[in-house]
Amino acid sequence: MKADKKGVLTGIHFLDGDHACCEGALAAGCRFVAGYPTPPSTEVVERFASRIPLVGGIFIQMEDEIASSIAIQGAVWAGAKAMTVTSGPGLSLMMEHIGLAAITECPIVIVDVQRAGPSTGLPTMPAQGDMMQAKWGSHGDYEVIALSPNSPQECFDLAIDAFNLAEQYRVPVLFMMDECVGHMTERVVIPEPEEINITERKWTKKTPEEFLPFQPGEDMIPEMIKAGDGYAIHVTGLTHNEKGYPLMTPAAQEKLVKRLIDKIKLNADKIVRYEEDSVDGAEVVVVSYGITSRVTLPAIEKARKEGVKVGHLRLIVAWPFPEKRISELAGKIKAFVVPEINYGQMVLEVERCAGGKAGVHLVPHGGGTVHNPDVIYKKIMEAARC
Amino acid sequence: MLNIEQFDIDNPVNQFLRKDRLPHIWCPGCGIGTTVNCFARALLETDTDLRKTAIVSGIGCTGRVAGYMKLDSFHTTHGRPIPFATGLKLANPELKVIVYSGDGDLLAIGGNHFIHAARRNIDILVVLVNNFTYGMTGGQVGPTTPIGAVQTTMPFGNFEAPFNIPYLADSCGAVYVARWTAYHVKQLAKAMKEALAKKGFSLIEVLAPCPTLYSRRNRLGDGIDQMKYYKEKSVVKHGVDTKETNLSFQGEIVVGKFVDRERSTFLDNMNEHYQKVFGEKYKPYGVRHEQERD
Repeated sequence: MKADKKGVLTGIHFLDGDHACCEGALAAGCRFVAGYPTPPSTEVVERFASRIPLVGGIFIQMEDEIASSIAIQGAVWAGAKAMTVTSGPGLSLMMEHIGLAAITECPIVIVDVQRAGPSTGLPTMPAQGDMMQAKWGSHGDYEVIALSPNSPQECFDLAIDAFNLAEQYRVPVLFMMDECVGHMTERVVIPEPEEINITERKWTKKTPEEFLPFQPGEDMIPEMIKAGDGYAIHVTGLTHNEKGYPLMTPAAQEKLVKRLIDKIKLNADKIVRYEEDSVDGAEVVVVSYGITSRVTLPAIEKARKEGVKVGHLRLIVAWPFPEKRISELAGKIKAFVVPEINYGQMVLEVERCAGGKAGVHLVPHGGGTVHNPDVIYKKIMEAARC
Repeated sequence: MLNIEQFDIDNPVNQFLRKDRLPHIWCPGCGIGTTVNCFARALLETDTDLRKTAIVSGIGCTGRVAGYMKLDSFHTTHGRPIPFATGLKLANPELKVIVYSGDGDLLAIGGNHFIHAARRNIDILVVLVNNFTYGMTGGQVGPTTPIGAVQTTMPFGNFEAPFNIPYLADSCGAVYVARWTAYHVKQLAKAMKEALAKKGFSLIEVLAPCPTLYSRRNRLGDGIDQMKYYKEKSVVKHGVDTKETNLSFQGEIVVGKFVDRERSTFLDNMNEHYQKVFGEKYKPYGVRHEQERD
């Protein structure tokens, strides 16, 4: 399916990441946003609020992020594509509804323009401290997909992918921007609507008599209907059977939770996405994402001038994590260097996947600004000498 | 002996229930089932298209209501049925959306959403079953527990002032506010039918006995004794100022329809405003155009 032209602002623009993200959502067919103002993400909803009246849809500023993160799920069950947008403290408030979206398999997009925490922290200065929260923040076991753009162009492009992935896998998709990517302004090319591929919701063709709202297809994903279609479905946050009825037994729990995990884990090869530069034959590979993937470039250049063979692997999809690739590289290289604006989050995944076969060096940063590339350079040199 | 199943008769409310989920979880003497019966009776008589009717509950004993209704039904998170319903209604304004939940769910953890949905005049009907306690979790004090009532977390009697629910809803802008009890089945069904036809944020508070926890801890007898209390102490005062609808421990219960007014909804206001701002460029949202009708 191609994009609905009403939402697509075809042309060459000079946009910041927040605005580009909003345009990506509109191009993806998002027609419902509920949000609560949390800098540095406010520009996303401000633009949506000004664009949506003539595109046709709803922006509602809810009373808080808890309300926002469930209003969008009501909107999805009414048939809309919907997202909410927030930053640090707001993301913390949304955790319960990530769990609800996971267990009810409600396709939503949550944009988090990361700022430094904990708590109110440093509004509105950059950080990448919500990466683990995005994956693990709600209680219980479930899987999500998280994307990490590093430019306004990618904020546009990946926002479309975020909606498409949410529909394809019926999971909450977290769009993990950071303050720098959100506020940097660059050229953004928005293509013609016919050039934008849209994943349609997996609507059922079954009759109300035959339809079981949580019966998975061969791809492990159930089909959907919307409220008002005459199916009288039941949707619950309780552990449920394929009919959607509560069934609180260990067996039902095992069956449901395993599928919620498997539908992402077993499809990880299709979802995982990263970008590599000179990784083959490298001694040291820098693993980075978001703004840090750009800050790290001068450090890599400088180390290469010193004769060190440095590769670069940039995470585009952060969750699911590219386990296989990191594990494969670990057998071939000396060490990974992982700069991130936190005190060690994605580095834990790199360590896990490296499994002791390669050194893993974190370049931490408490947030508020980006790394000095020299600090990353020094760590690369240290890692190369080890 | 006569066996009811010999006869080809079915209770007319059965068509609205998910019979495959019965028996329900509510205790003997609990009033929630009675309110559901009233709600089904209201559906029986309403002109609302039931294919386009959705029910949303939160968590708790009353939070289980959605799961027993044969409608599009959503059992959401604790305190959040109103914002879920807000999204459901705004994304498809053709739906009639009912929120059916308890006092703790809607007024403690969900209190913020309650007042804002009423302020915005989101077009939903809220049925709030008030049993004065948190039943599902073992009978803790709630935002409607009367002063003096014993609860597990107020073991020496409650000293916190409770909400006067009709006054709260009224002052936040609800277009329809009524209170009945599980004893007033006819009046309650009638109020539900009337409120289903209203446009805007409508609120029906229903007092319902919780014999297992609230009544037992306060030595108030069983479900029947609470029904007797409702019968003896209820005073019908239609149109009374909602400042005068406070409840006290086993005291007088003012029941009736207190508010019935018109107020433009969130969507009415949005459409009207954008038509002023954008003129003909603006296509009213949620209004089906002739050519789009199927």
